[in-house]
Amino acid sequence: MRTTTFKDCNILRLLVFVILPLCAIVYGASHPSGYYAGLINLAGIYIILVASLNLVNGFSGMFSMGHAAFMAIGAYISAFFTLTPAQKMASTPGLPEWLINANLPFVVALIIGGACAVVVALIIGYPVLRFKGHYLSIVTLGLIVIVRAVLDNEGEYTNGARGITGLPPKSNTVVIFIIMAIVLYFLFRLIRSQYGRGLIAMRDDDVAAQTLGINLASKKLSAFCISAFITGMAGGLFGHMQSVISGKFYYFDLSFRVVQTSIIGGMFSLSGAVPGGIIMAYLPEVLAPLETGVKLFGHQLPEMYGASNLIMAIILILIIIFRRQGLMGEHEFIVESMFSKDTYTSLFKKEEYLNIGRAFRDLFTGKWRKSKKALPEDIDNTPPVV
Amino acid sequence: MSVLLEASELNMHFKGLKAVNNFNAQIEKGSICGLIGTNGAGKTTVINMLSGVLVPTSGKIIFDGKNITGVRPDKIAKMGITRTYQNLRLFKKMTVLENVIIGAQMHDKLDPLGIVGNTIPHKRREAELKDKSMEMLKVMGIEKYADHISGSLPYGSQRKLEIARVLAADPKLLLLDEPAAGMNPQESAELTEIIRGIRDRYGLTILLIEHDMKVVMGLCEYIYCMAFGEIISEGLPEAVRNDPKVIEAYLGRGAVHAEN
Repeated sequence: MRTTTFKDCNILRLLVFVILPLCAIVYGASHPSGYYAGLINLAGIYIILVASLNLVNGFSGMFSMGHAAFMAIGAYISAFFTLTPAQKMASTPGLPEWLINANLPFVVALIIGGACAVVVALIIGYPVLRFKGHYLSIVTLGLIVIVRAVLDNEGEYTNGARGITGLPPKSNTVVIFIIMAIVLYFLFRLIRSQYGRGLIAMRDDDVAAQTLGINLASKKLSAFCISAFITGMAGGLFGHMQSVISGKFYYFDLSFRVVQTSIIGGMFSLSGAVPGGIIMAYLPEVLAPLETGVKLFGHQLPEMYGASNLIMAIILILIIIFRRQGLMGEHEFIVESMFSKDTYTSLFKKEEYLNIGRAFRDLFTGKWRKSKKALPEDIDNTPPVV
Repeated sequence: MSVLLEASELNMHFKGLKAVNNFNAQIEKGSICGLIGTNGAGKTTVINMLSGVLVPTSGKIIFDGKNITGVRPDKIAKMGITRTYQNLRLFKKMTVLENVIIGAQMHDKLDPLGIVGNTIPHKRREAELKDKSMEMLKVMGIEKYADHISGSLPYGSQRKLEIARVLAADPKLLLLDEPAAGMNPQESAELTEIIRGIRDRYGLTILLIEHDMKVVMGLCEYIYCMAFGEIISEGLPEAVRNDPKVIEAYLGRGAVHAEN
């Protein structure tokens, strides 16, 4: 008999991965200007970003380091459609007249921002992605620099290094998490379909994938564009959350932070975005007091500027040494339980309640049973950990 | 019988190295052809050219009446030439079943609406793919491993999995690169039966590279023998086996005299 683990309990999955997050979202939505609402929103945006980055870095085996550039494009373009004409006249007078007068609903502006990111992704992806190897990483790094240079120097259109201020604070918790749910669902369906299988095949062995009818160039380009679109939207959300956008916010710092998040959570799993995003949103806040000097066990610690970055770096190194596949590895149970019917129907099944009891029992007796005798049929029937 | 694949005057030169020189072959529909030769004779290069992985320096490949010289590998695969690899190229992190599904889905058109909406036709198609892949695993006799990670399989089964994977793609011509390498005599005898079985069952044409002469002589109806990039002998198995040039290539000049 197989031991029951907590992972088999759909009710627990419902509690941890659906109801608990919903409570956080409801809290964030009802205290829109609170400190925690800001953190919850940031976590949501990180989750969107990392999920879209994982599609490129984890599932299709390319490695993009320049997703901040797509965020910047998404943020600026969407801002052009949500600012009032008076604001645009003041900060970006170089825009054509129709754009100055344009005012669109927030979600439409986000989608246009994403679409512009796709155009840029196509332009740089088309020549680069037909080669093998790490060309894409280098080119995307260059893209960040290019985008920054354009934003800082085209003052007519972007207000230069001063950036654009006064974006309407439209990305509230509800919008962010609805978009997050849609993005996660879309990506989840994508990787579980023939398209996603093709991507993973391409990552594992591109030559074999090619001789099995997979067109590498179009597969890479399409995955890159899908990722750029989502990242562009997330950039718009990020801009409207901070209500200030400027080239310096979308530079190496942010780009590497997203890559770091993706590595900590697990590149090869969409679910990795969830713990990764939450950790990256909260940990800097927890560590922030260190920088200004904190009283710990009665001792006044000195001011240590940069201490939180140092600690984040150490965490990243430890993860790479001890759990290279990231926290989630290749497991998909977080996203799976969010979108599986079984999770929601479990409340009405007696069997599911019994499962919790079994899981507790096996937690205490499992070790003993394993050591007693490993039945041969146990070995045969249990599929290896996926 | 009609000719399925015709290669004429194929050359593959890597700078000064003539890996394959003036390769001519005609493969008849429904036959099992063997390609043998010493190490470094250029056998795998031929398969690489036929499957589109390498573009020949010169020459022409006609498959099923169409010129496929220089066509992209994925297009060639969709036309019906699939291949296996000498050094195994499995998708190691996927399960065995998923590996085969990759082959089975080859001819499918992308269905964005079905993917996103998880529609009923999409679900039905996924189920079909799964059934077909299970069938292929059964044909190769490795269905019990369906849920295992493919990299964890025993070597012989990995070879069989590779064949199952390409078989699921409904090929017309199967190129097998050393299918019996690393198998013990019993396994390779089994494989011989399986290969003949799938040829009869699915009406395939097979070109195989193999060093195990028991497999080659047991299976092939026509044999090409290569040495140093050129075909040195071709014909029925018996004739090739007794050809002094072949014996010389394998065993050296002395061996021919020793036999006499």
